[in-house]
Amino acid sequence: MSYDILVIGGGPAGLSAALNARARGKSVLVVSNDLEDNPLWKSELVDNYPGLPGVTGAELLKALEDHAARAGAEIRRGKVLNTAYDGESWYVSIGADVEDAKALILAAGIVRGKKFPGEEALLGVGVSYCATCDGGLYRGKDVAVIGYDAESRREADFLEEIGCRVRFFQSPAQVEIQGQGKVSGVTVNGEELAVDAVFLLRPSMVPTDLFPEVETQGSYVKVDRSMATNLPGLFAAGDCTGGPLQVAKATGEGLIAGQKAAAYVDALTRKKG
Amino acid sequence: MSVKHFTNSAEFDSAIQTAPVAMVDFWATWCGPCKMLAPTIEKIGESYGGKALIAKVDVDQCQDLAARFGIMSIPTVVFFQNGKEVGRRVGVQPPAAFTGALDQLL
Repeated sequence: MSYDILVIGGGPAGLSAALNARARGKSVLVVSNDLEDNPLWKSELVDNYPGLPGVTGAELLKALEDHAARAGAEIRRGKVLNTAYDGESWYVSIGADVEDAKALILAAGIVRGKKFPGEEALLGVGVSYCATCDGGLYRGKDVAVIGYDAESRREADFLEEIGCRVRFFQSPAQVEIQGQGKVSGVTVNGEELAVDAVFLLRPSMVPTDLFPEVETQGSYVKVDRSMATNLPGLFAAGDCTGGPLQVAKATGEGLIAGQKAAAYVDALTRKKG
Repeated sequence: MSVKHFTNSAEFDSAIQTAPVAMVDFWATWCGPCKMLAPTIEKIGESYGGKALIAKVDVDQCQDLAARFGIMSIPTVVFFQNGKEVGRRVGVQPPAAFTGALDQLL
């Protein structure tokens, strides 16, 4: 199904964007991790969100998601792994599904921590970010699954079901991937393993991995006052555009991104016809 | 001319050997990013099909080919000139990445 606007990330920025795009009558899909995977979920007290003193992060996230859903935004649990623009629409892969939309709003938060030694060099030759995409290529082989979110365990189970020999690690601190031209092994917290593949499952993708051509400033996505990026129909909001990494800033930027993306879709529709 | 679907390695070998230029998309039915790339490959098949062999290989159906070409992530698109691999692109990429590579070979 085609949507007017697809929002990547179901935190405060993405949900605010979805709400405001719905207020402009646009069809909206929000692709989000489990709420528990949002760092805000663990926040015991959000004391600077205006008007709601003493609210917890979990309460705030649930309320934001309910509000967006009641406004008619479709919310889907999953992870966006790839995007492509064909000159008219954006195509987005979510696990094994593909959806398309006229505009995208990137509100995926920030990725904590650096890439591991060997990760970049061996990406695509044994290092993978997607169990459902590449798992089938490693049937009968040894693979390591290194997970940093709640969904990782399920992905490891899936790999086991299709016939991979799986070692699963939940949120290890130290990872180093070895191989020349392809993965031959991995060291996890000092333990050396011989494997053919390493699946790295993080809650969020680095913006430039999702959008290789997006302009950045340091590790943040560069946006203008209307939250537009340098790519056509791609807007960004929330932590991924820079600090302060606070909920009120995120919802404010989400509002702008939602409205401007809706205006972009209107302009596109007028041009066509 | 559109996109040729190879179902076995014998078919693949004879076609690749006789094509001056070929572009082959290694994919699978369970792979989301592959589905996303499919319309791009179809369009390239329409516009380049007369000049080059544009083809697809299902890695489940042709596991021997996937192993022979060391396909470790899909989609992987491999370019051939006179039957020899001359380059490859891994992952979903914009159409120009593929047409640019074809233009250089043609």
